[in-house]
Amino acid sequence: MTPPLPVTVIGGYLGSGKTTMVNHLLRHADGLRLAVLVNEFGELAIDEDLIEAEDDDIISIAGGCVCCSFGSDLTGALLEMAQLDPRPDHLLIESSGVAIPSAIVGSVSLLDGYRVDGIVILADAETVQMNAQSKYMSDTVLRQLSDANIIVLNKTDLVAKSELSETISWLKQQNPNVGILDAQHGVVPPQAVLDSFLEKPASSGRYHHTQNLEMTTLIPDNPCDVEGLAQHLASDAHGLIRAKGFATSLTGQKMLIQVVGNRWDISDAPDHRADGIVCLGYKGEALQSASLAT
Amino acid sequence: MTDTIIYAARKIITMNPSRPVASHVAVRGDRILAVGDLAELDTWGDYKLDETFADKILMPGLVEGHAHKSEGTFWRNVYCGYFDRADPDGKVWEGATTIETVLDRLKEADAQLDDPEAPLFGWSLDPIYMDNTRVTRADLDTVSTTRPIGVLHASGHIMNANTRALELGGYLKTGINHPGIPLGTDGLPTGELFSPEVMTPVAALVGFDRAKADGDEKGLWDFGRLCVRTGVTTVTDLAARLEPDGVEAMLKVTGDNRYPTCVVPLKAFMGATAAETVDRAVELKGMSSDRLRLGKIKAFADGSIQGFSARMRWPGYHNGAPNGLWYTAPEQLAELYRLALAASVQVHTHTNGDEATEMVLDTLGPALMEVPSPDHRFTLQHCQLADAAQFRRMNKLGMCVNLFANHHFYWGDEHYRLTVGPERALRMNACRTALDTGVPMSIHSDAPITPLGPLFTAWCAVNRITASGRTQGEYEKINVAEALYAITIGAAYTLHMDDEVGSIEVGKKADFAVLEDDPTEIGGENLKDIRVWGTVQGGRIFCAADL
Ligand SMILES: [Zn+2]
Repeated sequence: MTPPLPVTVIGGYLGSGKTTMVNHLLRHADGLRLAVLVNEFGELAIDEDLIEAEDDDIISIAGGCVCCSFGSDLTGALLEMAQLDPRPDHLLIESSGVAIPSAIVGSVSLLDGYRVDGIVILADAETVQMNAQSKYMSDTVLRQLSDANIIVLNKTDLVAKSELSETISWLKQQNPNVGILDAQHGVVPPQAVLDSFLEKPASSGRYHHTQNLEMTTLIPDNPCDVEGLAQHLASDAHGLIRAKGFATSLTGQKMLIQVVGNRWDISDAPDHRADGIVCLGYKGEALQSASLAT
Repeated sequence: MTDTIIYAARKIITMNPSRPVASHVAVRGDRILAVGDLAELDTWGDYKLDETFADKILMPGLVEGHAHKSEGTFWRNVYCGYFDRADPDGKVWEGATTIETVLDRLKEADAQLDDPEAPLFGWSLDPIYMDNTRVTRADLDTVSTTRPIGVLHASGHIMNANTRALELGGYLKTGINHPGIPLGTDGLPTGELFSPEVMTPVAALVGFDRAKADGDEKGLWDFGRLCVRTGVTTVTDLAARLEPDGVEAMLKVTGDNRYPTCVVPLKAFMGATAAETVDRAVELKGMSSDRLRLGKIKAFADGSIQGFSARMRWPGYHNGAPNGLWYTAPEQLAELYRLALAASVQVHTHTNGDEATEMVLDTLGPALMEVPSPDHRFTLQHCQLADAAQFRRMNKLGMCVNLFANHHFYWGDEHYRLTVGPERALRMNACRTALDTGVPMSIHSDAPITPLGPLFTAWCAVNRITASGRTQGEYEKINVAEALYAITIGAAYTLHMDDEVGSIEVGKKADFAVLEDDPTEIGGENLKDIRVWGTVQGGRIFCAADL
């Protein structure tokens, strides 16, 4: 049986830079076949130079990636997406500025053949707090932020350092356990946003924009309390953005652990996988094997 | 040989105040040459006198400002509604008042299908009138376990599925954790599917596919036949996709000289940017024909009140449900309004909750400052919870409103008890306030959500009686003359068509509703019982009994 297709929901209010980040990911797909579902094909949905061919409802993108629009019928589009040949490696859903991401995740998780990787919400460092107070959109913006597993705080070049740290602590009040990535022009390390990139051998230095992040491999005790470990990695203690790998449970079962920001998931894995969990997080934030262990 | 026909009638209600009542109307081609008595009409020269309507009442052809052509397509499936309702053939389906009756009706339909795996689709179920009895897959399994069965509720927000449909749709599994899919004690879904998102996999199986509606020729024909039966000569299809194939099919059907209705489809603002949508509307406008009027846009601000997805101002929902959903952000709506105003494209905006209405008012105001448009007639559709202050703003902004009078009858009790509470339920669909604040107003059915039938809609607005028989919101009643205006000129005005339809007067389209009873004599409490003989559209006669 083919493993389920991982899905990352990319949300955030209008102007937060969702499209820019998606284009950045497409540019650095690095051999992964990404499929992008967008609400609408705006003039700027996909950067011109990435487009290889355009059809009514599908855009072919360099490197085997595709982009489709779903309009008002996401479930219908997902059902169609399941028929795509060749099958994509990872699906991104770029939701509309007013969509509630957890509702999208709800729809995705109903369908066979898909697995939710996580919810990544973009926030414009300059305007997010203002939007969160706007007359009509306040509750929508706050729901988006609290649904996030990772918040990409974008356009950090437009605000002063002090303002930035104030915004970060405000975001943590809205969603205490969330992983926060700061970014400019939607440039984020792909392996922090999509777990499919984590599986690739860590070609160090490959992603030039990962200077402030570091990757490390944690070797858990064998056996260990897998659920406890996953929960621990998803807690706020380490500044971890993502973790993925294998551990052996107290009953001897090999388990896959997946952590994205505050979200964690464990599932059975084949016995032959070696114990070891790749962890991605901020440099200097206690991201060391020693302190990662419970 | 003359090309003028003079129709004699028992009475002609013209809706033209300078000649409110007449005995004869002269028609030349598809237009009205003159209205008056025979002596006055005789001054136009040769004519042929036609006595077909000698014992009938003629009114201007009725205009339904908010319906959907799926009113035509749904009838191919099993009607499961609580109230009696006439299909395109004129057959009246008795209301199914218990779950047992609903199941019996589905069993009848099941027995007529040869293929045991063919899908079965029922529609318009409303357990609200059956003590909110819950329908489960076990109930529908008594109809069939081999074919997928889906039954859509009247509100359009809930569907019931049988076990086979859940299985084929991929939902027959444990571990589902979704607010729209309740689970039974066995951990499997009960078969109740809440919200369109969740319905899709099952809806597709049973042939309920919104995407294909535009190109459905039979559905459009049936829609036209329902119009004849209800006296409607101009009808909207409020929110179509209008992709090239669909438009071609609609042009073909409405272009057939036997097609009885002028159809006004609005392009939905969904799945495309504001600029693309306005460009497409302009392009569509140029493709309009005599009986297919294209080039308007429908936008959506929020969801529905009974689905708890409408956006409410403080204090929100009466039962404490969280505030609803925005379907379009204010910035996007602002861009749409600006571009549409600049291109002289009319936009109708769906708002249900009063916060959504407020947002539209806040958004259109600045757009109008930027692009002054003295006669834009942008219209709020449904606008069910607006208060007097909002109507005063609509007036200042030059907006029109189309209120959902039928909703008050079907779900008024539910709104009173559950969704918005007594005070706001009394002012829902505030026709009196709209007129008193000078907002051009129409009233609608939103067919197929409620049945097409402007005279019934007029009855709803005049009496404000709910399904349980209570009068709800005495103050917001309007009188018969006002209601008849709302379903003729009032609706035509919201479509920028009051210069050609909506009244019987010289130069206008020869569009008539042909009635057996006189709506100005029968009494407001009896408006819904007026018998419709048929219509005249563009000078062509359509007798309902001959369809
Ligand atoms: Zn509607």
